[in-house]
Amino acid sequence: MTAPQTLFAKLWAAHEIMLREDGTSLLWVDRHLVHEGSHHAFAKLGDRGMKVAAPDLTFGVVDHYAPTRAGEVAADIRRMIDTLGQNARSQGIRLFDLRDPGQGIVHVIGPEQGLTLPGLLINCGDSHTSTHGAFGALAFGVGATEVAHILATQTIWQKRPNTMRITINGVLGAAVSAKDLALHWIAKLGADGARGHAIEYAGTAVEALSMEGRLTLCNLSIEGGARLGLVAPDQVTFDYIKGRNFAPTAAAWDAAVNDWAALKSDEGAVFDCEVTINAAEIAPTVTWGTSPEDALPITAHVPDPANLPATKQEQARAALEYMGLTAGLPLEAVNVDQVFIGSCTNGRIEDLRLAAKVLAGRKSRVPGLVSPGSALVKKQAEDEGLAQIFTDAGLEWAGAGCSMCVGMNGDLVGSGKRCASSTNRNFKGRQGRGARTHLMSPAMVAAAAVTGHLADVRPLLEGRT
Amino acid sequence: MSGWTKIDGRAVALRQSNVDTDQLIPARFMSAPRSEGYGSFLLHDARQEDAAHVLNRFASADVLITRRNFGSGSSREAAVYALVDFGIKAVFAPSFGDIFQSNAVNNGLLPARLSEDQIETLIDAIGEGDADASVDLIDGSAMIGGHALSFDLDPVWQQKLVNGWDDIDLTSQHNEKITKFRAARFAAHPWALPAT
Repeated sequence: MTAPQTLFAKLWAAHEIMLREDGTSLLWVDRHLVHEGSHHAFAKLGDRGMKVAAPDLTFGVVDHYAPTRAGEVAADIRRMIDTLGQNARSQGIRLFDLRDPGQGIVHVIGPEQGLTLPGLLINCGDSHTSTHGAFGALAFGVGATEVAHILATQTIWQKRPNTMRITINGVLGAAVSAKDLALHWIAKLGADGARGHAIEYAGTAVEALSMEGRLTLCNLSIEGGARLGLVAPDQVTFDYIKGRNFAPTAAAWDAAVNDWAALKSDEGAVFDCEVTINAAEIAPTVTWGTSPEDALPITAHVPDPANLPATKQEQARAALEYMGLTAGLPLEAVNVDQVFIGSCTNGRIEDLRLAAKVLAGRKSRVPGLVSPGSALVKKQAEDEGLAQIFTDAGLEWAGAGCSMCVGMNGDLVGSGKRCASSTNRNFKGRQGRGARTHLMSPAMVAAAAVTGHLADVRPLLEGRT
Repeated sequence: MSGWTKIDGRAVALRQSNVDTDQLIPARFMSAPRSEGYGSFLLHDARQEDAAHVLNRFASADVLITRRNFGSGSSREAAVYALVDFGIKAVFAPSFGDIFQSNAVNNGLLPARLSEDQIETLIDAIGEGDADASVDLIDGSAMIGGHALSFDLDPVWQQKLVNGWDDIDLTSQHNEKITKFRAARFAAHPWALPAT
């Protein structure tokens, strides 16, 4: 009898090529995803005169710098996109270039194309690589030196992280989404609460999530400091994957499902840390400060720094000053200047459907941008009539990419402007210099759009199915 | 990358927690080639908005003392390039973003952990000024503003900083193992290969 194992331990063991005496493991990388930001790593490889070790397992996509609207493209953005194209061509890497029908945000197209599968180890030079863990894949972001190492060897040296299980029991309330769940636990544990840990999300509320919801949940693992997030694959996972472009077929499919069925934590497996959350306690949640941990239910008030723990007071005062907020103000009284729906966190078809459900037949009181997570999501949203709902509401319907989440492709929030955003980071200057970001679910962004202020989406959904 | 064992320089205190990588280097600067130098991008917006910012007043600082969760957020190694090119050789904090720490060590920058109490003591001691700082990587000790400290650092990372090792060279010694692993993995699990 072997001791019960966690899902994480099984995945780690399946990729460990060797364990060095100092406790560092050399891990095999099944998929390596690169984007324009990987230029430093390609340059390092070039300096050594090396070739990519496994071009068949390396995929490139234009996303961070992708222009989402027609018009002039700045020279430095053009150069970033061209450089990726040259690197992909010279190294024989399949590239999803700007006009490729499969183009989109790397963490949206990985799953969409069937490149992301349970049991794989996936790396990308982007912290939100944790997203892919929603399939039961070991997926984590790395820096440029490590990207270069993976390009050169298709392996990565890693120290084994600790394990944490976050169990969410019960059922999420109406209009409460995976985004609210993620912001809730990050507020509870802190932006470094899961530092050094691999999280497994479990419990009935997680099992009930769609793949889109699980992707959102795992995506935000990094905002709580975790190395990666995991959800054990199940029928929901298998149904999502079947028939996708790069997914296994025929006999390989049967073998895959057989292997994947074993990818769960054994009964009695021990985690280094256990956290339990009651789903019924989670309300639609918004951030008020400049860290994802600064999150509260929409029914709450802007906190008074004086009432916070001593170590948080200075940070909270600085955050309120940057955000232009006064302690004690009801969150629902905070007016917004604009809205954004999109990103690797919430730019998938289900996210757009939920936002459209709120916006249908209504007008946005503020300008806003909707950027689908991929060209395929864009097409589907247009076919389903969602794009029409957004434009009828007065929002701009744009192309696919990282867009207004990342402040490097021309889509920016102006200085001092307040944006209700379905993205992942409310850091100072993230959406543009001086921009004020409030994170929330796409449905909550839609609620902010139609009311002109941070708002509880629940009453707006009454009578809508 | 060349290794190092000792720093003798000046330390300053950055009294913030959660200094994320978007603050360390705003995204708009990241398309620049490294050869142009990233030092001027370090904490660019904060420094431009505040002429009295500690890094404006002490542009020759070598050691940064700061609060918890330094380098959280994006995996951008450019945040480390900005620190290194500015001249920072070590950062002391109660905690760091995981990816940032790896990036730091890969570029010769020491991410040294101290307790919250030790950090607060140093921040009080240094105040708005600067202070003498010496760091010894071999025995994991430091003397900052007259306070003798021992810091926490993964021994693997200590070795890497001291030797200036490059992982690609180390890994190349195991090429045969890697090749065998790949063959065995895809033979046992053909589904793990991209289908088309």
